[in-house]
Amino acid sequence: MIEFHVILILMIVGAIVAMELEDMLSSVIALGAVGIGLTLEFLLLRAPDLAITQLVVEILSLIILIRATVGVRMPQERIKGRVGYFIFALIFSAIFLFFSYKAIAELPVFGVPLMKMGSLYIKEAVAKTGATNIVAAIILDFRGYDTLGEATILFTSVIGVLAVLRLQGRKE
Amino acid sequence: MKEAGMTLIVKRITKITVSLIFLFGVYIVLHGHLTPGGGFAGGVIIALSFIHLVLAFGKEVTLKRISQTTVSVVESLGGIMFWGVALLGLFFGGYFFLNVLPKGRPFDLFSSGIIILCNIAIFLKVGAGLFAIFLGLALLKMPVEKKEGESK
Amino acid sequence: MSLYILCLVLFAIGLYCLLVKKNLIKKIVGLGITEYAVNLFFILLGYTRGGEAPILSKDTPITNFVDPLPQALILTSIVIGLGVTALMVAITVRIYEKYRTFDINEIRRLRG
Repeated sequence: MIEFHVILILMIVGAIVAMELEDMLSSVIALGAVGIGLTLEFLLLRAPDLAITQLVVEILSLIILIRATVGVRMPQERIKGRVGYFIFALIFSAIFLFFSYKAIAELPVFGVPLMKMGSLYIKEAVAKTGATNIVAAIILDFRGYDTLGEATILFTSVIGVLAVLRLQGRKE
Repeated sequence: MKEAGMTLIVKRITKITVSLIFLFGVYIVLHGHLTPGGGFAGGVIIALSFIHLVLAFGKEVTLKRISQTTVSVVESLGGIMFWGVALLGLFFGGYFFLNVLPKGRPFDLFSSGIIILCNIAIFLKVGAGLFAIFLGLALLKMPVEKKEGESK
Repeated sequence: MSLYILCLVLFAIGLYCLLVKKNLIKKIVGLGITEYAVNLFFILLGYTRGGEAPILSKDTPITNFVDPLPQALILTSIVIGLGVTALMVAITVRIYEKYRTFDINEIRRLRG
């Protein structure tokens, strides 16, 4: 049980490092480290589908982010008056954590979920669909509309990227 | 003029590993209903194999093999196939997205009706779409080797 | 219980980074951290102590599975996060081409 806490604390340290570094390429690589920590966490939480998808998606988003930040040198300047922002953000975070602590007390205890729909899906997956991977049976047969919506979202984002970059009208 | 792409060692190794990555991606897609994986992870792996080719050989050499029109056509084909499989359920069963193909025994490769066709459709769409995004970002600036990226 | 608190601390770090930093790339990094925290929170809700991964196997019949429904929902969300990141990076690259800087104070000043 302690391994969940250890990897989460490593992810928090990696996130703080990614936030505070001044070189942009290094902070993007620290974000990649946080993503790989999340892959390990998914494996420990018994979700192998998610671990495979998170790993390859992390690699691809690292490639895209490095493409945007390599070779760019920003002039270093210290902006004065940052102390006010910092204290305001700390007070806001404290209020947020206090109210979320109150809300978490209503959730079921960690390790005993109430599986109202989950037990139904597990009982009927092989009989009704014939697939032995229950997660694949859920996303493609029981809840196929969500997958249709997601395919549409990916299509729209590809159109958006190619429209923003506008490759047709520029000469190489 | 400097040759595009990376050094000779990288090019030799790339010729071997690209086919292995492609085969692994196709394996993960086709066994999506038996082992973890599915269409999304397999599609991203295929896009990564093509990006590997572009990074090692330079974009002119790769664009002679796979043009941009091919990538766009494959992505639309994936979308049409997904909608077609869903409408098949409407015509033959009465409900949109009904599972109408025969379900064999469990643990077979061709069991579970419609799921394997949906996986292949998503694999084509996601793989081609993500490769198109990378081509758009790679063709925008010259690769930054010794100078800042200037583009028109 | 303490796992939920740590997960929300990660969310708060990502939110702070998105709000306070002045660099566009740091804002994208902050949004990425927030997405990781939200995905992790859902999967923590569905974990059964002593459960196995939700895949049936031929040899041994296992009956104690973790909840498969949150995993199906978050699989969609991970790929959508990739699409959103790609679109943000494309817009940022175009802004850099036009204004030659990533700092939002400079971009606000150099209008036109």
